[in-house]
Amino acid sequence: MRKEFAAVMERELFQNPSSALLLGDIGVFGHRESFKKFPNRVFNIGILEQSMVSLAAGMAIGGLTPTIHTIAPFLIERAFEQIKIDFGYQSLGGNIVTVGASLDYAALGATHHCPGDVGMMLNIPGAEIYVPGTAMEFSDQYDRSCRNEKISYFRLSEKSNKQSVKTIFQNGSIVKEGKELTVIAIGPMLDPVVEASSDLDVTILYYNCMWPFDSELLRKNIDSRKILIIEPFYENTMAPVIQHFLSDRIVMTNSKGIPRKFITKYGKTEEHYEEFGLTAHGIRNEIQRMISA
Amino acid sequence: MTNLNNLRSSILKAASNSGEGHVPSALSILDILYLIYNEFIPNKVFLSTNNVDNRFILSKGHASLALYAVLNHHGKISDEEFYSFAKFESNLGGHPDRNKISGVESSTGSLGHGLPQGIGLAMALRIKESSGHVYVLIGDGEANEGTIWESALLAPHHKLENLTCIVDNNLSSERALDMGKFSEKFAAFGWKTIEIDGHDHGAIRDALKMREIGRPIAIIANTIKGYGVLSMESNPEWHHRSPNLDELEFLLGDMR
Repeated sequence: MRKEFAAVMERELFQNPSSALLLGDIGVFGHRESFKKFPNRVFNIGILEQSMVSLAAGMAIGGLTPTIHTIAPFLIERAFEQIKIDFGYQSLGGNIVTVGASLDYAALGATHHCPGDVGMMLNIPGAEIYVPGTAMEFSDQYDRSCRNEKISYFRLSEKSNKQSVKTIFQNGSIVKEGKELTVIAIGPMLDPVVEASSDLDVTILYYNCMWPFDSELLRKNIDSRKILIIEPFYENTMAPVIQHFLSDRIVMTNSKGIPRKFITKYGKTEEHYEEFGLTAHGIRNEIQRMISA
Repeated sequence: MTNLNNLRSSILKAASNSGEGHVPSALSILDILYLIYNEFIPNKVFLSTNNVDNRFILSKGHASLALYAVLNHHGKISDEEFYSFAKFESNLGGHPDRNKISGVESSTGSLGHGLPQGIGLAMALRIKESSGHVYVLIGDGEANEGTIWESALLAPHHKLENLTCIVDNNLSSERALDMGKFSEKFAAFGWKTIEIDGHDHGAIRDALKMREIGRPIAIIANTIKGYGVLSMESNPEWHHRSPNLDELEFLLGDMR
């Protein structure tokens, strides 16, 4: 996804003379071509994320479309107030692209983990939140939303699905239809969900846009009255959103995601996912438990 | 010196009418704002934000009454709207909202946001090859915020000669942090600095005209909180308090 970001950004800088790229001293080498070709609109701002966000908002006031990029916790969590006020409250448009989703930097410890980003961004009214499952999905989402004069948050991750899902922009998609349970697979969690349920009678809905949330698709596909959400971020991040749209129905809802605790082990992301049951095997167990509940 | 007592009176009345407002903070910057809008962005309030011109950001947004009084003075805010300050349906809040008031560049209030936005705006104007100049007014208390010093690093690095930061040095920070000499601090970061009496219109005018090739300007404006209303001057009791009717009557007769 990072490589795709560099290519997408270079294209956008070429096509849109009002676009600008601001890096928080991350991805500088990856965007080297953009630095060369557009030196007056591409900046390595430095390691000062709060000011970088405000600066980007100032650019938006001046008529530019800024894209801001660095590691998720330092942008979304550290500079949250700047995103909330300078972009959200002021109704300014800008794009936020992060790397280091959830436990992508597992070995670097909890200071570099960020399973809370989507939950925080859901608290900014009007912010669009994208969790692409593949590089191609990111490219499509960025191209369609980067100039829409809203805050668009793109959460890039190291983990990708093998194939992109053909979706209508900002809509969810039906991957599989079944009767016993509806499983919502979010972004890069689709592959293990599909593997887990290949022989099970369940519906799989795929979502790569958390907000706006395609509630209609969900409402039409919950005959089982049971929903399992497989989330690549903190467990139960999307549950309040889903429950809001299903407030007129009685539905059993469960979530499997990153547990809400500080993760103090290191190692590889896959080891953590194994421990949390966010593998095909662990997800299958949860699906079967819910089917029989 | 232009007598701004009519604007000071209106600020006191609006604060009294609403029961809201940071009056002394507004009075410490009134002379500066009056000159900025009178001489440096005279037509700005007529223009949409997409029109290139000089720009002003009031970073210490709690002093909004001074901004509203100046806009009212120029006829850009009606008397009726001005005296609706801080009421339920008013466009004029305790902090300014760029989406409600023409000519307000930034919805400030949380301190430390205006200067980095001013830097981004100055960079945008340069990218768009505009000759516009950006003025940002911050408070000395606001300068406790780390983003002010991140911005102090950024502006000279990007050689923003189209940016002026005005520090309203009304000694608000004294009770918390000793900020030392602002001029030395900004100079150390690479800014061209000048220290002035923030109530001396000639000095303010000259400082606002200053330009330096390849460097931003920092104007350290030494001001008095509550300036112009004698019993309010440097009196912390009034920081966030509006006068009742009896106090209003007294204060209106207590001007320099």
